[in-house]
Amino acid sequence: MKKEKGRQLAAGLFSLFPVFLTIAIFLLLLAKAFPLLSLKSLPDLIFSSVWQPQKGQFGLWPFILGTIWVTITAFILAAPLSILTAIYISDYASSRLKKWLAPVLDLLAGLPSVIYGMWGILLIVPLVGKYLAPLFGTYSSGYSILTAGLVLAVMILPTIVNVSVEVLSAVPADLKEAALALGATRLEVVRYVVLKKSLPGVAAACVLGLSRAFGETIAVMMVVGNVPVAPTSLFSPAYPLPALLANNYGEMLSIPGYESALNLAAIILLLIVIIFSLAARIYLTRLGRRAG
Amino acid sequence: MASHPAGDNSRLKRRRRSESVFKFILLASVILVSLILSVILVSILWKSLPALKLSMILKTPGTGYYLGQSGGILNAIVGSIEIAFGATFLALVIALPLVIYLNTYLKRRSFLAEVIRLSLDVLWGIPSIVYGVFGFLLMLMFHLRASLLAGMITIALVELPILSRAMDETIRLVPAELKEASYSLGATRWTTATRIVLRQALPGLITSVLIALGRGLGDGASVLFTAGYTDRLTTSLLQPVATLPLAIFFQLASPFPEVQQRAFASAAILTLLILAISLLTRFFGRKLSRNKIR
Repeated sequence: MKKEKGRQLAAGLFSLFPVFLTIAIFLLLLAKAFPLLSLKSLPDLIFSSVWQPQKGQFGLWPFILGTIWVTITAFILAAPLSILTAIYISDYASSRLKKWLAPVLDLLAGLPSVIYGMWGILLIVPLVGKYLAPLFGTYSSGYSILTAGLVLAVMILPTIVNVSVEVLSAVPADLKEAALALGATRLEVVRYVVLKKSLPGVAAACVLGLSRAFGETIAVMMVVGNVPVAPTSLFSPAYPLPALLANNYGEMLSIPGYESALNLAAIILLLIVIIFSLAARIYLTRLGRRAG
Repeated sequence: MASHPAGDNSRLKRRRRSESVFKFILLASVILVSLILSVILVSILWKSLPALKLSMILKTPGTGYYLGQSGGILNAIVGSIEIAFGATFLALVIALPLVIYLNTYLKRRSFLAEVIRLSLDVLWGIPSIVYGVFGFLLMLMFHLRASLLAGMITIALVELPILSRAMDETIRLVPAELKEASYSLGATRWTTATRIVLRQALPGLITSVLIALGRGLGDGASVLFTAGYTDRLTTSLLQPVATLPLAIFFQLASPFPEVQQRAFASAAILTLLILAISLLTRFFGRKLSRNKIR
C-alpha cells in the first residue's frame, strides 16, 4: 500500500509539469521583456513603425502587420478549399478513397516546415515573381506576402481538413438519413443538416489552422523577404514576428533594450496564438464530450 | 406528385442541377488539393533525388565543403537522430506517468484533470520558435552553451504536448470494464495501469511516440538557437549538434549551386525519414484497430 501511495505521488508530480511549464514560459518571457516596458509604454512599442535597434527605436508594428497579412492570406486561400475537401471526404467519398487520402494528409501534416520552405523557393517564388506579379501589373521579387501565404496555405490545409472531417463525421447518421428519407438531395443534407449541426466545429477547425499559421516560422521566413517595413500590397515583402525572432534572437545582443524588444515580440506572438488555439481547442473538446 | 407534375418537375430539375454543380465543386477541390499535395512530394523528390549521392550519407563536411568541395551531411543525419531520439525519450519520461495519472488516478472531470488538460492545450498551441526562445533563456540561466543537451530539452518541450495528448487519447479508448475487472481481482491502480491499460493501448502508444519522433526530427525553429551547428559528429551532450532542417536551411541560402544541390539532397533524406516514420505509424495504427476488444 505504501508503495502504491508513493507511485501515485510521483505520477501526480509529473503530471503537474505541463502546468508548471506553462506558467514558467509566461513568467520568464514577461520578466525578460519588462526592462523595455518600464522605459516605454506598450502602445508606443506596438503601434510605432520605426524599427531601428541601433537608435533605440523598437516599433513592432511592421512585424505585427506582416504576421497578420501573411496569416490572413493563407487563411483565405486555405479555408474554403479545406472545408469543401472535408465535406467531400466525410459525406461523398467512398471508403476506398478515404483510405488513400488519409495517409497522404497525415504525411503532409508531418512534413517539416523547412521542406515546405524549400518547395516555396523552388516553385512559388518564381511563380509569383515571374507570372503573377506581371499579371497584376506590378513588380515583385517573388519573395512576398502572397508567396508566404500560398506556402502557408498548403501547410495548414491538412490540419483544417483533418479536424473538419472529424467534426463533420460526428454528425449522427440518423439525422442525415431522416433528411434523405424526406427527399432531400445530398447537397440539401449537407447544407441544412450537416453544416447546420457542425458549422461552429468547422469554424473551430479553421481557427486551429489559423493559430498554426500565426506561429509558423522557417517556411515563412524563407519566402517572405524579411523587410521590416509595414507592407502595402500582397506583392510586397514583409517581416512576420516569428521570422524576426528566428533571424535576430540568440546572438548575444549588446544593444540596450534589443533583447527586451525581441522578448516582447515573443510574448505578443505567444498571446495571439494562445488565444486562437485555446478558444478552438476548448470548443472542440466540448463538442467531443457532447458527442461521446 | 402526380397532381401537379409540371411545377414539381422544374423544381426537381433545379435541385438536381444544383446538386450536380455542388458535387462538381467538391470534386474539383478534392482534385486540386490532391494535385497540390502530389506536386509538393513529386517536385521535392524529383529535384532532390538526383542530387543524392552515397557520399552525402557517409561523409561529414570536408574542408571547403560550403564552397562546393567534397563531403556529406552525416553530421546532420546523426545529429538529427541523436537529438530526436533523446528528446522523445525525455518527453516520454514525463508524458507516460502523466497520462497514467490522468487516466487512472483522477476522475475524468476533476478540477486537476481539467487544469492539466488545459495546460497541455496551451502548450500544444505555442509555436516552436517560442519554445526556442524559452530554451535559449533557460540556457542563459543555467550557463549552458548551444549544445545537444539544450537542443534535446527544447525539442522535448515541443514534443511533450503532442505526445501527451496523443497518448491520452489512445488510453481513453481502453474500455472501463477492463480496468474494473482488474480492480475486482484486487489489483492496485498502478498495476492496472501498467499491466492492463498500457498493454492494451500499446500499439496506440507506439503510434503516438512515432508522431512525436517525426515532429522532433523535422523541427528547425526550436533548435535554431539552442542546438548550434557543427561539421563534426557530436559525441557528447555538451557539444553543439547539427540537424537536418538547419542543414537544408543553411545550404539553401548559399550562393553556390553545388551547395544548393546538397540542400536538395538533404531534403530528400529528411523527407524519406519522415516518410518511413509515417509508414510505421500507419502500420501500428492498423494493428491498433485489429486488437480492439469488442
